[in-house]
Amino acid sequence: MIIAERKPIEEILGLLSRHQKVLVLGCGGCVTVCLAGGEKEVGILSSQLAMARSKEERPLEVVQQTVERQCDFEYLEGIRHIVKDVDAILSLACGIGIQTCAEAFPDKIVWPGVNTKFLGVNLNVGEWAERCQACGQCVLDKTGGICPVARCSKSIFNGPCGGSQDGKCEVSPDTDCAWALIHDRLTRLGEVDSLREIMPVKDWSYSRDGGPRKLVREDLELESGK
Amino acid sequence: MKAGSKLERMLESGNFTVTGEIGPPKSCNGEIVRHHAKMLKGYCESYNLTDNQTAIVRLSSIGAGKILLEEDCEPNIQIVCRDRNRIAIQSDVLGAAALGMKNILCLSGDHQKFGNHPTSKNVYDVDSIQLIKILDGMRNGYFANGEQMKDEPPKIFIGCAANPFADPFEFRVTRLEKKADAGADFTQTQCVLDMERFDRWMELVRARGLHKRIKILAGITPMKSVKAAKYMNKYVAGMMVSQEYIDRLDKAEDVKAEGVNIACEQIEHLKKMEGIAGVHIMAIAWEEIVPEICKRTGLDPRPEV
Repeated sequence: MIIAERKPIEEILGLLSRHQKVLVLGCGGCVTVCLAGGEKEVGILSSQLAMARSKEERPLEVVQQTVERQCDFEYLEGIRHIVKDVDAILSLACGIGIQTCAEAFPDKIVWPGVNTKFLGVNLNVGEWAERCQACGQCVLDKTGGICPVARCSKSIFNGPCGGSQDGKCEVSPDTDCAWALIHDRLTRLGEVDSLREIMPVKDWSYSRDGGPRKLVREDLELESGK
Repeated sequence: MKAGSKLERMLESGNFTVTGEIGPPKSCNGEIVRHHAKMLKGYCESYNLTDNQTAIVRLSSIGAGKILLEEDCEPNIQIVCRDRNRIAIQSDVLGAAALGMKNILCLSGDHQKFGNHPTSKNVYDVDSIQLIKILDGMRNGYFANGEQMKDEPPKIFIGCAANPFADPFEFRVTRLEKKADAGADFTQTQCVLDMERFDRWMELVRARGLHKRIKILAGITPMKSVKAAKYMNKYVAGMMVSQEYIDRLDKAEDVKAEGVNIACEQIEHLKKMEGIAGVHIMAIAWEEIVPEICKRTGLDPRPEV
């Protein structure tokens, strides 16, 4: 899941300062699950914004809407009539949703209302952790299902480095050393000897380093008859 | 001989080898490096030049290495994986070799969070073990992409670090083995401030015959204060200081003198240890103490090789 966190209210007020009427647009996907930009958060933020602006005696009209998924053009079509009447959109979706919005409504200003943090998992109430960096070439088969790219502070492939102590990373005592986790899990599975092999340099061209990525599946294109 | 450096020759000769360390300054004042080179000249076979240690911007290791060569001291260029990708690293290796530098030490590097630019982006295109492999390929005439060099390959004596004080303990031996497999010729360990743990680690190293495949130099750091010793033990990841040493420093009237005593005792102990090829003396910000330690332990004068 994509984990996001709402931007501070002061920052959002700054972004919206020149507008009189905005659409606060939530998303029913990941940001709803991680409680950053779903229908509930749209409601809360909208009241906060309206209150703050009326205090300043520069009232802000706030229209609230949440779509099924903001990263899907299809769902954005349905709100075209609402978008038409506002000065700007404050999107509470992840970075993908925000950009899809901007692409769907080229004549409308779209502001980000959240900071997209990472691809991760919900560990506890109010606690999320990163699990994947979408590097494009999965190595989890070699590392006991624990990702060194996302979870090692140095993304190294032949860890743990000399900063691993008591299972923690040198960066912070709150951060588990990914390579200690990998080592322990492979030991439990009786496969720790596989770590004696040197993992070769990674081909980062499958990652963001190869330039912005795009996936084309010809089988699906053919099926759809395009 | 792989590179024919003085360090390589001394290690090959079987003599107990001594390396030192010089931390370049946070300025372009090369005279500081020159001053330390003059002070330490003749006491060590080669001198590590740290590469932006603890992620603080400093005069580059290759730049400092050039000053050492001018002073007739042999540099050991440290390269960390934190700041450069495989393109920049290979370019620097060629540059260092062109300037006459023959020893290169491969490290992961401290995370930039600890440095003076914590908001920077790190690289880690390759890790330290992959870096060793790249350097081994280069000295055999190949770039990291497999392309064959059209000219003479760089002559490099490859070093790496080993940390017996990090975890998981047994795996630290496997990791050294991986470094030897990758092509490392010598290793310098993290400062030994817990001899009991170091002894246990060396037992595991010998059990695997690793000391016969890679030259091991034990890290020596004379302690200057009780506070620093306690701090290192408690807060620096991958460092351990035994209670025995802390107590000795605590009781000592002259803490610095006791720190030097401990360092000298450690060297005497290591001289007798099977599989130890020498010591790496890291007295950063206390370089002037190195001659005294070498004299007291009979490591000065250095044998001719």
